[in-house]
Amino acid sequence: MSAAPIAKRDAEAEAQRKAASWYEASARERVRLFLDVHSFQEFIGPEQREISPHLHIFNLPEQFDDGMIAGRGLLEGQRVFVAAQEGRFMGGAFGEVHGAKLTGLLRAVRDAKSIPLVILFDTGGVRLQEANAGELAIAEIMRALIEARTAGAKVLGLIGGRAGCYGGGGLIAGCCSALAVSEQGRISVSGPEVIETNRGVEEFDSKDRALVWRTMGGKHRRLIGGAEIFVDDTIESFRVAAIQLCRCASAFDTAVLQSEQMRLKQRLRQFGFCPDAVDIWRSQGIENPDAVPDMAADDFIALANRIREPRYDAR
Amino acid sequence: MEALHFHHKVNQRAAGTKVMAIVGVVASGNLEVLVERILPESDCELDIKTAAVGFGAVWEQVVADFVELRSPGGLKLSVNDGGARPDTVALRLAQAVRLIEELDP
Repeated sequence: MSAAPIAKRDAEAEAQRKAASWYEASARERVRLFLDVHSFQEFIGPEQREISPHLHIFNLPEQFDDGMIAGRGLLEGQRVFVAAQEGRFMGGAFGEVHGAKLTGLLRAVRDAKSIPLVILFDTGGVRLQEANAGELAIAEIMRALIEARTAGAKVLGLIGGRAGCYGGGGLIAGCCSALAVSEQGRISVSGPEVIETNRGVEEFDSKDRALVWRTMGGKHRRLIGGAEIFVDDTIESFRVAAIQLCRCASAFDTAVLQSEQMRLKQRLRQFGFCPDAVDIWRSQGIENPDAVPDMAADDFIALANRIREPRYDAR
Repeated sequence: MEALHFHHKVNQRAAGTKVMAIVGVVASGNLEVLVERILPESDCELDIKTAAVGFGAVWEQVVADFVELRSPGGLKLSVNDGGARPDTVALRLAQAVRLIEELDP
């Protein structure tokens, strides 16, 4: 293709990315639009039918890719590996095959050393039907992720899907070099219903959606430093964020770990006594913290950058 | 779960040269369709696994309509269904064929 049609094609792709909601898109649409046009190459695609060995025992429908898309492509001309979870299939949950595909990809990332991996999280955690196999998958992924980072590769997480990033997914996200999150993306380990079931409604009312969002949602994660970048819900915004994180995300060495330890210590000291996210925001110096949840994305990004510059020297 | 299989003779091959396409997600009321160009041009096959048991007659009608309308010669369609309604099934089958008929980049 000559230069003019390529420029036209890229302009069309950018317009598509700006119009597309990350939250609404399927995992395949996210991957296709997120990467440079026609650059995605899938590993173990759906035609290979590597399906779950467990779901049929429970008389449950399978998906040909087991809800995990793994492969490589280009991001603004740079090589990246990419993994994407389909949040609508079994809540994006980690089963044996689903997890093994990410573990294998992380080992490829480790061996390639300098090519970053972008994980498009959308998960409720371990797939209960696959119990131990799912739990083991989480452990294997975390080990492989740390090995990839130790070898020098950056592993970046993007979170903005309908399942959020919960359970073992929240643990894996915590191991990443850096995260970008949208308002819809929630990050936590125990989900709202789990906390309420275990600790009672006094501890956490899972039906109080506003409470769920201000405790686990993207804005709060950005403000307390759990995510480096806050983005609005378009695929273009996630792409721009990932390109920036590929440049800025921290390496993985003793200095970074020490700095992360200090960051968490300081966070606990500063906010440990706060009963609610709103109290944290007030103590951070936000004048009208009650207005934060309703704030438009651009206004919030400006506020967050004023309150807390994103830092890349920890994790 | 119920497994269904349909085989049709068709007049025309599906357009294009792409060998594989996939559309949809397996969820409640939704389905995925994997379409592969691996059959003789006069044949079309559908392998269906559905969570909704006992609707074989409805599937037969939907598939017959689809084959008549699209003439998907040479294509094998594999379906994982989470209990979608017939209109959703018809839409996904049509989307799958349209995708595999698209020009290769």
